[in-house]
Amino acid sequence: MTSHDHDHHHHDHDHSELSETQLRVRALETILTEKGYLDPAALDLLIETYETKVGPRNGAHVVARAWSDPAFRARLLEDATPAIGELGYAGRQGEHLVAVENTPRLHNMVVCTLCSCYPWPVLGLPPVWYKSAPYRSKAVKDPRGVLADFGFELPAGTDIRVWDSTAEIRYLVLPMRPAGTEGWSEERLADLVTRDSMIGTGLPKQPHEVA
Amino acid sequence: MDGAHDMGGVAWSGPVRPEPNEPVFHAEWERRAFAITLAMAMPGGWNIDMSRFARENRPAEDYLGMSYYQIWLAGLEQLMLERGLVAADEIEAGKPLHPAKPVARTLSRDAVAAMLHRGGPTEREAKGPARFAVGDRVRTRMIHPPTHTRLPRYVRGHIGTVEMLHGVHVFPDSNSLGQENPQWLYTVTFDGRELWGPDGDASVKTSVDAWESYLEPA
Repeated sequence: MTSHDHDHHHHDHDHSELSETQLRVRALETILTEKGYLDPAALDLLIETYETKVGPRNGAHVVARAWSDPAFRARLLEDATPAIGELGYAGRQGEHLVAVENTPRLHNMVVCTLCSCYPWPVLGLPPVWYKSAPYRSKAVKDPRGVLADFGFELPAGTDIRVWDSTAEIRYLVLPMRPAGTEGWSEERLADLVTRDSMIGTGLPKQPHEVA
Repeated sequence: MDGAHDMGGVAWSGPVRPEPNEPVFHAEWERRAFAITLAMAMPGGWNIDMSRFARENRPAEDYLGMSYYQIWLAGLEQLMLERGLVAADEIEAGKPLHPAKPVARTLSRDAVAAMLHRGGPTEREAKGPARFAVGDRVRTRMIHPPTHTRLPRYVRGHIGTVEMLHGVHVFPDSNSLGQENPQWLYTVTFDGRELWGPDGDASVKTSVDAWESYLEPA
């Protein structure tokens, strides 16, 4: 039991849980900084990195490259870590990457039922729903129900493969390239790739949805 | 351990609720809690499986009642308390009350990019051949260790097929106790009806990544 739990009882009622936690984190940062364990400037850079540099645009770049360069697609499906490394994405929570390809007969979906394992270098930090009990409990047993929660249904005859990332292997879904995008540049194609389409809880945008 | 974190197939939850245009962090404290957790691993010296276990190893009502970064924070506090980096009275008081413990390294701003780029690869050199090959039928062992494990309950005791070999990787169950003991790692795939019975969806296959000692020939 953490001391967090008994903090509640001696605070004013207008103190929200949020502000209480805010104060607690601030105090912890102060303690750790004053003890010489932490450099607050390093914290600022970690935050800035994941808010501005590492996110689903990286994964969209990978997918758009795979859609437009068959040799890259082959390397990606053969061994994703070095292929993705070619585009400059590597490191923490992406040390061992596997790309899994959607086809008209097969739809892939990724979950971590034990915590929230997620390929940070290509997708950034996971959204709240990915870490939530509903997603983690339901994805392996009722993936079609999950897709319904996201507002879509797969065509009849499509099988589903669910990848539960229980080790340090991180999975990236390679969605199908939308029809009507022949001759599009890699940059335009990347605009079609959504975060959810690379987790398998969504599909890429259609050409008419982007300007 | 069979904790509240092991959620696969548990039927307690409602719909998944996506949040349109979700921000990376929802509050300033989440930003700081995230960054402090990453940075403290360096002076703390714990590994990812130790931090996972510190988050799992708490009462279910805590695990289910806290938000994601609150669980991170609670896990971090536990790891620091265990190692004497902070004391409970300091956390209560919100200020340092005792001298700092000498630590080998801290994370400087200049070292952040390299630390993130390096990550923590878990693959190790193979010392012997793999026991199973792609296509082999295997049964996951029925185990309930009180310590950390990465074999989810919903696949235990079920028959699946080896789909991929990933080389030899640090074994989380022992790594959480400070021993890497690397083993062969496999992706094992199960049919929906094998896992969930006749009412399971026959058009669904599910896989986990399983270490060799989780498996026996079927």
